[in-house]
Amino acid sequence: MNTEIIKATINGTPVEVPAGTKILEAARKVHIKIPTLCKHQDLLPSGGCGLCIVRVKGSPKMFRACTTPLENGMDITTHDAEIVETRKTVLELILSNHPDECLTCGRNTNCELQRLSAEFGIRDDKIKRYVPDLPKDASTGSIIIDARKCIKCGRCVQVCQEIQNVWALSFLHRGINTKMAPCGDISLAESPCIRCGQCAAHCPTGAIVEKDDVPAVWDALHNPEKFCTVQIAPAVRVSLGEEFGLPPGTDLTKKIYAALRRLGFKAIFDSNFSADLTIMEEASEFVDRFTKNPSSLPLVTSCCPSWTDFMEKMHPDFIDHFSSAKSPQQMMGAMVKTYFAQKNNIDPAKIFQLSIMPCTAKKFELERCKEMKSSGYPDVDCSITTREFARMIKQSGIDFDSIPEEKADSILGEHSGAGVIFGTTGGVMEAALRTAYNVITGKNLEKEAIDIQSVRGLDGVKEATIGVGNFNVRVAVAHGLANVEYILDKVREAKQQGKESPYHFIEVMACPGGCIGGGGQPYGVTDNLRQKRMAGIYQCDRNCPVRCSHDNPEIKKIYADFLGSPRSEKAHELLHTHYQSRPIYQR
Amino acid sequence: MTPSELNQLRDSLKAAHKNVKKCLHVCVGSGCLSSKSETFIPAIQKEIQAQGLKEYTVKGVGCRGLCAAGPLVSSEPDGTLYHEVTEADVKGIVENLNGIKNNEKVYNTDTPFFKKQKKIVLENAGEIDPCSIDEYICADGYTALTKVLTSMNPQQVIDTISTSGLRGRGGAGFPTGRKWGMMAKSVSKDGKKFVVCNGDEGDPGAFMDRSMMEADPHRILEGMIIAGYAVGSDQGFVYVRAEYPLAVKRFQLAIEKAREKNLLGKNILGSSFSFDIEIRLGAGAFVCGEETALIASIEGKRGSPSPRPPFPTTSGIWGKPTMINNVETFANVAPIINRGGDWFASIGTDKSKGTKVFALTGHVTNSGLIEVPMGTTLREIVFDIGGGCLNGKKFKAVQTGGPSGGFITEKDLDTPISYENLQNLGSIMGSGGMVVLDEDDCMVDITRFYLRFCVDESCGKCAPCRIGGYQLLQILENILRGRGTPEDLPQLKQICHAMQKASLCGLGQTAPNPVLSTMKNFEDEYKAYIEGGVKYARQKSKGKS
Ligand SMILES: Cc1cc2nc3c(=O)[nH]c(=O)nc-3n(C[C@H](O)[C@H](O)[C@H](O)COP(=O)(O)O)c2cc1C
Ligand code: SF4
Ligand code: SF4
Ligand code: SF4
Ligand code: SF4
Repeated sequence: MNTEIIKATINGTPVEVPAGTKILEAARKVHIKIPTLCKHQDLLPSGGCGLCIVRVKGSPKMFRACTTPLENGMDITTHDAEIVETRKTVLELILSNHPDECLTCGRNTNCELQRLSAEFGIRDDKIKRYVPDLPKDASTGSIIIDARKCIKCGRCVQVCQEIQNVWALSFLHRGINTKMAPCGDISLAESPCIRCGQCAAHCPTGAIVEKDDVPAVWDALHNPEKFCTVQIAPAVRVSLGEEFGLPPGTDLTKKIYAALRRLGFKAIFDSNFSADLTIMEEASEFVDRFTKNPSSLPLVTSCCPSWTDFMEKMHPDFIDHFSSAKSPQQMMGAMVKTYFAQKNNIDPAKIFQLSIMPCTAKKFELERCKEMKSSGYPDVDCSITTREFARMIKQSGIDFDSIPEEKADSILGEHSGAGVIFGTTGGVMEAALRTAYNVITGKNLEKEAIDIQSVRGLDGVKEATIGVGNFNVRVAVAHGLANVEYILDKVREAKQQGKESPYHFIEVMACPGGCIGGGGQPYGVTDNLRQKRMAGIYQCDRNCPVRCSHDNPEIKKIYADFLGSPRSEKAHELLHTHYQSRPIYQR
Repeated sequence: MTPSELNQLRDSLKAAHKNVKKCLHVCVGSGCLSSKSETFIPAIQKEIQAQGLKEYTVKGVGCRGLCAAGPLVSSEPDGTLYHEVTEADVKGIVENLNGIKNNEKVYNTDTPFFKKQKKIVLENAGEIDPCSIDEYICADGYTALTKVLTSMNPQQVIDTISTSGLRGRGGAGFPTGRKWGMMAKSVSKDGKKFVVCNGDEGDPGAFMDRSMMEADPHRILEGMIIAGYAVGSDQGFVYVRAEYPLAVKRFQLAIEKAREKNLLGKNILGSSFSFDIEIRLGAGAFVCGEETALIASIEGKRGSPSPRPPFPTTSGIWGKPTMINNVETFANVAPIINRGGDWFASIGTDKSKGTKVFALTGHVTNSGLIEVPMGTTLREIVFDIGGGCLNGKKFKAVQTGGPSGGFITEKDLDTPISYENLQNLGSIMGSGGMVVLDEDDCMVDITRFYLRFCVDESCGKCAPCRIGGYQLLQILENILRGRGTPEDLPQLKQICHAMQKASLCGLGQTAPNPVLSTMKNFEDEYKAYIEGGVKYARQKSKGKS
């Protein structure tokens, strides 16, 4: 569109960027970092914090680097005595409105405000501190808002409104009394919040953090009555390393198994296995609708609890299109408390099943509806995020860097490449298509074709048509909930006009990038980071000898031994759920 | 209606006007209405009948500025002005129509207050009935619009405005011709462009725009329609705060009447140009007068400013090019078109042309609304027009520019008023507030008053203003309690500078002005509090009450 090149100088260094580039990004190109607290790469700049001010020669005013586009001939200074002094005062002002509780804060050592304060060498509280007395909001059980620590950068509000289209969060009141809270000053649980945790993932401070369930896990592990079992989600293995200084995307599956064993878990499973199970059920459901009841299409994936919650609240007209297959987390739990318990003669009441997830909404999914206890026990007892898991490893004294790799426990541990790609946007679709192709044609996709490139990548909406035997399957993939409206509206429009649905199969993941960008993942997410984690996931897939869920020998075995066939009566009882319309506001 | 039909109407109205020998003008601006001035109109009518005076009439008119002396009634064309009128005076005033007999309520108009003023935007205020479109037309209203639609192309209109040197009266003084030119060039995908009249006027004590909207709404409409023609827009909005119900009412009436006469709506005066105007009510937050916040407010969002660029003329309401001008800016348009850009440019100083309306208040003898040519000195305003300080007190300073303006002292009083000069004195033109302070006023206390206003009105979006303003206020409060320390002064300065440089919008950037200005001019008063401690502070606050 705009290919004009802008030429200017920043701190005396010439720089050339495409028209429209902001000074902040242009400065990066010449290796200059301008401090910011409100700007985040995922979000439009808001100009809130006031730290990124720079000087443009010829103007007495200072300009915000985050919002000011570079113009031809601009002569910009990013650092001089006055600029740095002004920034420092602004930072001191922000600190004067913030509690000094770093030592007990959820973001201690990992806080953008703390880091800047250290970088600026702020050594004393010159400006008198004023912190309003506001209560914490722990109403959701997924995330906790501590509004006292909020610096009003607006990232969470922007994410919740612009990227997730949920509009749970807003700014209330004015001036010094400005407060970030759910619209109407209700509790988060009463708001439309879908627990995706993107607000926490983008918050620069400890004002929104995941609910810390680590103590409950330690309690279970230290309880001799309990038989502790665990599953790890696909996306966790490629991001956990960031907490230990390893490059994003590093596959740590086997080190994680080893660490879990040392933490005291008696059986270590992998959600990749239950992802394969989900695919068996979901692909079978899809093929059934596709071949026998095309008017019931599109089928919509349902393994993301934030998405299902969003759909139930905002788009209940799509309930009939939702796959009734439970998510991998819940399927694993159901199998552990039935199949695994029976096979090993363990009282399921004594089994503690932990899930390690990239996600804060998974905590909420545990009690989503009564089918989450279809075995008679909670499928999963506790869910912790990647960040909490990293803390557990650190607390345990395990030297994660040097721990040798180990394997998962057999049965419910083995997985195909299709299972692991659940961790990224497009992955569920790709995995389901690999199996649906087999069910319809009796053959597997050939070598290269097995990588279904058209549903991969970070585009917000991906549409593709995939040849399956004599059929063309039309699919759509969306991530970041603001992107689903477009897809759903197209379906609605076709329905209204009595036309065939534009899509047969739709995958939606709430978080941008899918679970690799989940709200419980290590901090600092950007598209660049998502790409690296995604590359890690696809590498795991390629490394798997088995690439399709239906070829996973343990999957075959569990159907032969226990479930019968996909969507059998038993499978329905244990592996499926239902959806219902819910009010947007729970009040 | 066609242009010639409009001219015919005007001619017949003028002819009818000639038949009226004398007319009593009763002020029905908000100020006088608060003393029930509207009840005088039927009372006078009755009295005229009772006295059998056929060639005399009465009507309501807009504010003529001397609000403190209201309710006002004047007799035209002779110009006899009556002040502080009550029901009881009606009889005498009517008797005077045939020669002055009752003198006690007659106001002396042979004073600098009247002589030193020059009325352009207020020329109809006090003269015509704001609720009557005929009166406006009779006073040569809508001749500028006719001229534009029949003999000028949009570029010629913009050139005329540019030649006039008119600058935005909303505060910043941005050249209006340049803004219109930018807007005319701005492209909109679907062709939609908006013209907005900013009537938010949130400054404490300011009532210039309100008075204009109440006294002469058609003139503002005419300015907006001409702007719409010049920049290629077919939709205008008038943004008025809901606390101005009378202005809203008169504006609404004016819009309806203009539509009836085809001065608004489709194919105005038979031309190919269409333009309509809607009123949007503001919730009364000061910051909603800031243009990007105003846009958010019109869109139904939280009234918070956004970073510029993009400027509204590129992307404003619903992403469409939007041009925002102040009420007074629009009120200058018709006279400029009628009398030419050069005429306007001949009034005022080198870079600040035309007149400016000020709300002169505080401890000054003649308070009220005044209009003076740019270049008038502050001394002329305060001492000649304003009549000096009340009760013969000694002048201390005059504060200009509203809550974020600065203080100007005796030594700078001979400065001619212009955007640049006021800025060089550490103050601003702002929208035209002017508050006179005398020897008894405590500058630290007054600074706190202005600062508190901005702190309360901060939208809270950006850290420097949200926290900086609050902290400044805390330090000032502390000083005023006699608990300040010498370190407070450099800290005040430090925070002020950070706010000026790093705040997102004009509110935060200028909120420290009163603090910096008083610290520069009256540092001794700050020091007195710090050195005098609690005892001194108690004494001072006792003296005040
Ligand atoms: C805090 C703040 C409040 C403002 N309030 C007003 C107002 O009440 N009326 C107004 O015309 N302009 C106001 N302005 C200026 C507007 O942003 C804008 O510049 C002006 O309306 C443009 O019109 P002009 O070019 O005719 O001056 C305000 C600016 C700021 C920063
Ligand atoms: S949010 Fe950051 S600065 Fe604030 S208490 Fe927590 S670690 Fe410290
Ligand atoms: S968890 Fe998600 S939906 Fe809930 S407030 Fe945060 S961003 Fe919004
Ligand atoms: S909660 Fe966090 S992300 Fe939201 S405004 Fe406050 S500091 Fe910013
Ligand atoms: S300067 Fe003040 S009013 Fe303006 S955006 Fe910032 S906080 Fe809001």
